[in-house]
This record gives sequence, C-alpha cells and structure tokens, in this order.
Amino acid sequence: MSLRSPLSKAVGLGSAKHGFSHWWWQRVTAIALIPLTLWFAFSVIGLIGADHARVMAWLGSPINATIVLLFVLTALYHGQTGVQVVIEDYIHTTWLNLTLLLFVKFASVIMAVLAIISVLKVVLGG
Amino acid sequence: MAEFTLPKNSKIRKGRHFPAPSGATNVRSFKVYRWSPDDEHNPSTDVYDVDMDNCGPMVLDALIKIKNEIDPTLTFRRSCREGICGSCSMNIDGTNTLACTKAIDECGKDVKVYPLPHMSVVKDLVPDMTHFYAQYASVEPWLKTKTPVSPSAERLQSKEDRDKLDGLYECILCACCSTSCPSYWWNSDKYLGPAILLQSYRWLADSRDEATGERLDDLEDPFKLYRCHTIMNCTNACPKGLNPGKAIGEIKKMIAERSL
Repeated sequence: MSLRSPLSKAVGLGSAKHGFSHWWWQRVTAIALIPLTLWFAFSVIGLIGADHARVMAWLGSPINATIVLLFVLTALYHGQTGVQVVIEDYIHTTWLNLTLLLFVKFASVIMAVLAIISVLKVVLGG
Repeated sequence: MAEFTLPKNSKIRKGRHFPAPSGATNVRSFKVYRWSPDDEHNPSTDVYDVDMDNCGPMVLDALIKIKNEIDPTLTFRRSCREGICGSCSMNIDGTNTLACTKAIDECGKDVKVYPLPHMSVVKDLVPDMTHFYAQYASVEPWLKTKTPVSPSAERLQSKEDRDKLDGLYECILCACCSTSCPSYWWNSDKYLGPAILLQSYRWLADSRDEATGERLDDLEDPFKLYRCHTIMNCTNACPKGLNPGKAIGEIKKMIAERSL
C-alpha cells in the first residue's frame, strides 16, 4: 500500500529533460534511409546472377563502399532507436528491460564494427 | 510486461437478461458491463432489452431508462446530457465516446456498453479517474505570469492570438482520447496521454503565458511526452472533434524549435 498523494505519483521523479535528441535522430535517419535503401535495393537487383569477382569489384569501388557503409550504419542506428522504444513500451520488468536495452545497444555496435571492417577489407584488399 | 490478456478475476462471464415488456415491438438490446466491488463475482455483461418506442434517442437516454425502470443497481456517471461536462464517457460499440451525444441509431444491432478501457473500475461503468486528474494537476493548468498587472486591469490578447486557443479550450477532460491510446494503456504511470498533453498545449499556445520554457522543460521527457507514437486513436475518439494528436505534434515542434 502506498500513502503517496495522487499528485506525487503523477509527478514521479519529474522530467528527464531529454528525449528530443532521440526523437530527432530517429527521424533524420529515417529520411536518410529512403534514398540509401532505394540505392541499395537497385544495386542488389543489378548484381543478380553476378559472380563473386564482380560483386567484390563492385563493393571495392570507394563510392559503392561508402554508400553501403552509410546504409548499414544508418539502418543500424535507426533500428536500435526503434527497438529501444518497443522495449520501453512493452517490457516493464526492470531487470529484463535493462538487459534487453543493453543487448540491443551492444549488438548494434558489434554489427557496426563488423560491417566497417568487412567493407574495408574488401576495399583495401586482403 | 504489458498485459495483453485479462487477469483471471477480470474475465467477463455471461450475465443476466432483462427482456422487454410484452407488447413492445421496437426493441434494442443493450449489453452492459457490470462489476461490483461488493461481491466476489467476476464482471459480467447484462443484457437489457429496451422498448425504443418509449426511449430517447441517445445511449444515455437508454441507460437512464434502464436505471429508472429496469435495474436501479446499474451505476454510471452523467450530468449535463449535452456533451459539455464529460461525465458519461464510456466505450460504446467499441469506441470511446460520450453516452449523451452518441445516438442509438448509430450503433450496431446490439449496443455494447463498457467502461473506458484499461482503467481501474470503481463499479459498473464508473472508472477511477484519480491518476488522470492528478496528471492534469501536474501540468499546472493555469496562466503563469511574471509581468505585474494591476488587479483592475486585464491581460490583453490580440484576436489572432486568441484564435490559437480554438480547438484546445473546448476539451472537457472526458478521457475518451487518453483511454483509447495504446501508449497510455501500457505506460500511463509516466506518459501523460493525449488529453493532458492537449491541455498542456492550451497553455503553451496562450500568448499571455510567461512560463513556456519551464512548461517545455517539464514535458521534454522520453515518457511524459515522447511515448506518443502518433497512433491517432485520440483524434478518432474525441467526441468534441478536437485533435490531440496535432496538439502533441505542436509541442514536439516547439521543443524542436528551441533545440535546433
């Protein structure tokens, strides 16, 4: 039982005084993903039937590699902001909420680093 | 976790049936949610067959007729019967609205009447509004000023600035919007919900108010404001035809404007 007043419960711990940045970057990355996704989809369609050497040559071009990395990193950032919101919306068990949030953040950073190293490996050869 | 199924003691069982008086030819059935804190029973839906030849046109008319003539134990809030007090908000035919302005003719064959969704029920169609009202109090819904004005003078507002309050001041705090909002269902402990945010914007949009910055400081929070995902159930539900979704968008725009 709690004897706190209704107003005290409604005010809670007060405002976190942030939230705009998350909201803003989710939208900025969404806009950026429109051309990036279209470009990536058309590129992949253009590579249908291509052999390994041709795909490597395509990804080895600095421009293609740059746009691929921009696409992957933007998508990862956008994705993790979205999944964070879903977890905050639905998972109210504190330990599970924190575990999942950390998992999503770590997983996106790992995938981002992996994507950077993989593309660089193709571009720089080796 | 968010709860997607009703807890065991909230599962709705079949209730009683009150047939229409013999001889009635124009009969409509009202399936009404019933729950009483005074016994141990699960909630039920009671069916009242109402003689429409002897009943007013609105759902509230039928509920009052049921209470007066069929079953005096039926409990609901009502006052003005003209859509200005906000007391008789409930879920009718699957939509949150005011019983007094909802015509029975607009409803399906059987009129289903439930309390506002995802609120604690006090009894039958009466939800517990304590937290909702406390959230309203938390946004300090009054004019805040620093410029002194003589008690005998008015704080002036141009006609253009007054126009900015149209579509906001009409809110009657019936909670139809907030209780139709999934974000409010899952996170109403922290999320203020569409009604309170529209009311808050009513003061942010007021040219006479001098606490805009402080108000925005208090709202900029991942839960209080940004739990709104623009689902727009609020705007669909509002029985006054207001647009809480747009008001929330305007608050986000104000925060963006001062950050960028």
